[in-house]
Amino acid sequence: MDATNNIWKNYQKEIADDHYYYVRSCIRQSFFPASEEFFLKVLKDELGKDIFDDPNHTTCTGIGYHADVVPFETIMTVVARHFALMKESGYKNIIISCVTSFGIYTEIIETWKHFPEVLEKTRENLYKATKREFDIPVNMAHSSDIIYKFRHEIADKLKYRLVNQITGKPLKVVEHIGCHYSKMFPKYGVGGAEFPQVLAGMINAWGGNVIDYPERRHCCGFGFRQYLVQANRGYSAANSKKKFESMEPYKPDLILCNCPGCTMFMDKWQYTISEMEAKTYGENNQGIPVLTYEELAGLVLGYNPWDLGLQFHQIQSEPLLHKMGIEFSQKDKYKTRSGIQMPMPECPANISF
Amino acid sequence: MGKLYDLLLQDIRFEEGLNACMNCGVCTAICPAAEFYKYDPREIVDTVQTKDESKIEALMRGETIWYCGQCMSCKTRCPRGNTPAMVIMALRTLSQKLGYFTDSEKGRQQFAIKRTVGENILKYGYCVPTYEVKPEMHPEQGPIWNYISENIEEVMERLGANLRKPGPGSMRQIHQSNLDELDKIFEVSGGYNMFNDIEQHSEKKANEMGLEFKKQGTDNEYFRHVYTFNSGNHSKE
Repeated sequence: MDATNNIWKNYQKEIADDHYYYVRSCIRQSFFPASEEFFLKVLKDELGKDIFDDPNHTTCTGIGYHADVVPFETIMTVVARHFALMKESGYKNIIISCVTSFGIYTEIIETWKHFPEVLEKTRENLYKATKREFDIPVNMAHSSDIIYKFRHEIADKLKYRLVNQITGKPLKVVEHIGCHYSKMFPKYGVGGAEFPQVLAGMINAWGGNVIDYPERRHCCGFGFRQYLVQANRGYSAANSKKKFESMEPYKPDLILCNCPGCTMFMDKWQYTISEMEAKTYGENNQGIPVLTYEELAGLVLGYNPWDLGLQFHQIQSEPLLHKMGIEFSQKDKYKTRSGIQMPMPECPANISF
Repeated sequence: MGKLYDLLLQDIRFEEGLNACMNCGVCTAICPAAEFYKYDPREIVDTVQTKDESKIEALMRGETIWYCGQCMSCKTRCPRGNTPAMVIMALRTLSQKLGYFTDSEKGRQQFAIKRTVGENILKYGYCVPTYEVKPEMHPEQGPIWNYISENIEEVMERLGANLRKPGPGSMRQIHQSNLDELDKIFEVSGGYNMFNDIEQHSEKKANEMGLEFKKQGTDNEYFRHVYTFNSGNHSKE
């Protein structure tokens, strides 16, 4: 056991305790905006932390970088600008809301360590472009690292557990951490590339069981240019399908994702596959709900699922809500913030809505 | 050492990504693209390390370098610490600089990515803002995306976003002063050079192919062609 513990120490990651500068994700904002708002709310209101949401930061350009239309020198300078904004705001710890961005930040910092002349050139570029100067963050975390760090504090406030209220058994949860979280630089991820714990730790702390299935670490299939260009999307759908086929025999109640892109693809490709092949995963032709970790934290803490945005996923979450025993109003589902009834979305042909 | 290899060596990702490949094939075994496409990252790295000019040029003019999905699974698994996906990035960057990318069907798609994601970055400060994910270009997003697009103001307000408004929050409007800084960064760090390379070579190719090309936007034959055309010769059956 001591030997195991010693090995495990190599996979630990230091995560700052407080005072964070927050950089948002293009995809999480676009597809799961409530997740970012909830993350800020839980840190401030539930955990009493200091986190700064700076309107002056921009995209890191990461999707453009991995799709080869943005040079490395450019993305390094954009990230350096974010570090400059952090410094000017008086912060040293950064939280990154996107796995693609997180991977890029790790790649850039490691590049600067190995090639100090590249760091100096980036400083020059940033100063020339903006007259700004930057420090490298003291601590860098993905936003899921923060939820992981405080998973037990969240567990202390749980209103609902990841337990099937009818059977009394833990829910079966598939977790997908996203390739760029730790496949490139394992030391930056909780549990590294081999034993990622960032989502599994939350699931276990909140009462669920993690499913270990053959294609657990396979890519969701985003592939950057393989999705961005319509002609290539077969690649993207095929990779998600490989994962669905692999997890299906384990009858998962939920897919929990780390990366906003993965969340979107695992949700939307279930629809596409249902249209292409009349194949619907999950029980009763309802699909397998796919959630962000912010959405899951919100559910267990008792927040309204419709304020978290679950109604705007293609795969609907009612089966999961029923299993968890969550009380919710069906009438409130498609209403505006001020309570005005909105139209109802169309039901897909092969998914029970 | 040949000229193309020298140019590749100037890319720090190439220097980091390729030490000495022993051809074990672990990268190919783990690679999602190798499972889907007629693609073998081991072969690409092996070809590059021969330093054979004509073979490297053929790679940069060909289809295979565009098959990688950048998942970086190869980095985790290579026993020599190589990263084929980073070697691929260096090859793609040089292919665009030299104009070789327009020789391949998959390479020509760079024009579509530049006109969408590339321009979103400078116009909005986001790679992929909600309002630029058009349902007609993304049928795979399903009926819920049609719904969100048709009711975007109400949906974003319900979810606590700050859609296209000043101040902080999800999908806020990025202030012009911040967009101006992005613009200057692209100017001093080579971002615009890459954009210009893609545009110039794409326009030339559109003319060769007899397809309508416009200086801006996505409403032109060449964009529609590179965005949607799939010869069907790429994937494994």
